[in-house]
Amino acid sequence: MVRFEDVWLRYRHLASRNTVETTVLRGVNFEIPDGGFCWLTGPSGAGKTSLLKLIYLAEHPSRGRIDILGTHAARISRQDAALLRRRIGVVYQDFRLLGHLSAYDNVALPLRLARRSEAHIRADVAEILRWVGLSGRLEARPDELSGGEQQRVAIARAVVGRPKLLVADEPTGNLDDAQADRLMMLITALNQLGTTVIIATHNTGLVERYPASRLEMANGELVSYE
Amino acid sequence: MANWFPMSKRTDLLGLGTGLTDWLLPVLVAAMSFLAALALAGTLASATLAAQWRQDTARALTVQVTDPQAPDAAHTQSRAQAVLAALSSTQGIAGARLMSTEQLNKLLVPWLGADAAQLALPVPAVITATWQSADNTAALTASLQKIAPGTLVSTGSAWAARVAALTASVQTSAAAVLVIVALVAAAVVAVATRAGLAQRRDAIEIIHGLGALDADIAGRFAARAMMLTVIGALIGGALALPVLIWLAALAAPFSGLAPQGLVPGLPPALWLSLPLLPLAAAAIGWCTAQLTVHGWLRRLA
Repeated sequence: MVRFEDVWLRYRHLASRNTVETTVLRGVNFEIPDGGFCWLTGPSGAGKTSLLKLIYLAEHPSRGRIDILGTHAARISRQDAALLRRRIGVVYQDFRLLGHLSAYDNVALPLRLARRSEAHIRADVAEILRWVGLSGRLEARPDELSGGEQQRVAIARAVVGRPKLLVADEPTGNLDDAQADRLMMLITALNQLGTTVIIATHNTGLVERYPASRLEMANGELVSYE
Repeated sequence: MANWFPMSKRTDLLGLGTGLTDWLLPVLVAAMSFLAALALAGTLASATLAAQWRQDTARALTVQVTDPQAPDAAHTQSRAQAVLAALSSTQGIAGARLMSTEQLNKLLVPWLGADAAQLALPVPAVITATWQSADNTAALTASLQKIAPGTLVSTGSAWAARVAALTASVQTSAAAVLVIVALVAAAVVAVATRAGLAQRRDAIEIIHGLGALDADIAGRFAARAMMLTVIGALIGGALALPVLIWLAALAAPFSGLAPQGLVPGLPPALWLSLPLLPLAAAAIGWCTAQLTVHGWLRRLA
């Protein structure tokens, strides 16, 4: 379950010796049940990425309460926050792959951090890379991969640990429709196995092809949740 | 732990094995270790020499007999011979020896010039000896003055106290040098670690976001810093060794530490202490990196 109660997010920064405060989220309230599937839509600058950052614990809210997978996010220790992050798969808009590691090792990262055995890692990583169509590119580094291939590695990394919550920011932005559909099948399968899925996208066609609940953002506010 | 060190290509998640600035840390730590080895040797050598000098000085006994050729109180022999005989028969006193006129004149040359012998001054006889219980001179003086009134007894206790004070100040200075070297080494490790953190900020944020514990990230940096500081300390210690052996050879006439076969004449305590330098460097590297990384990570959510 993901629940936001009157969540605000403000950034402070210095401009011409003055501290300027920018409010990016204003009083956001919603609840996505366990195993739910939810699209997050809205124009650029609406606050989608900021909202996702709060969900995957990369930011703390300035005000309000956030519960992630049944945990009050503001009340956990740094160690517990790290352990909670291991249950959340994230697909970043800019992929965020480690440039010095191969595709295989990038995908294996969450499993290695969770201290899984190498035999277990080998089987799971090979399987997921085959699913995203990269079984022939295991040893390629990110700079040897196309944008679409990097995006698929990022998706594979997000789902390889079978997360309880999958958060994706424009996961199909660099993919053609066929690849996007294949990845949506993977995500749908994960969702059917109990993973809660939240995907931010501008792709209205994708939203129409895969009907689900939808959070609509505008100017830092949640304008609809249906 | 096997996941941290040594860092194979697959487990080096932060790319710590590929940092271009890494060579600087062992070089600086080698310089620090070189200085630490010299300071350590200085501390131990001054302690060894001072202990020896203190013992020799404190046990030195000097007796001055005025009017040495006059008969003693019993009128059986000269005052000088009577005092010498009394000293030789006193328990705890060894090596009593009457200084010759030539030796006395040589001692007086700095004050009276080369013609001291021709001045016909009433020079007292001087008897030197070593005495185990040199702290109780009153009883000895009293017994000697019964034989030859006016005899003066002096020991090296005052000089021994000065040597002890000098030794303490030398050791304090050497200890201060060691502390400063350790602090500078810690500062060097902290700066290198911060540079490494800045260089790998993106990678750290990524693995932090994937659920890496602060202890995981700090442990990786600490293991790397520890390895580099140990390498630096080994290099510094190896470079210091020939210098220490050369200095030991120079000090051999005073220290009494002669080479024994192929083993150079360094104080045994130094042979035991030098291997501690890499261990100390490892501890400094590991602790400093841990503190630096944990402090830096607190900025992340």
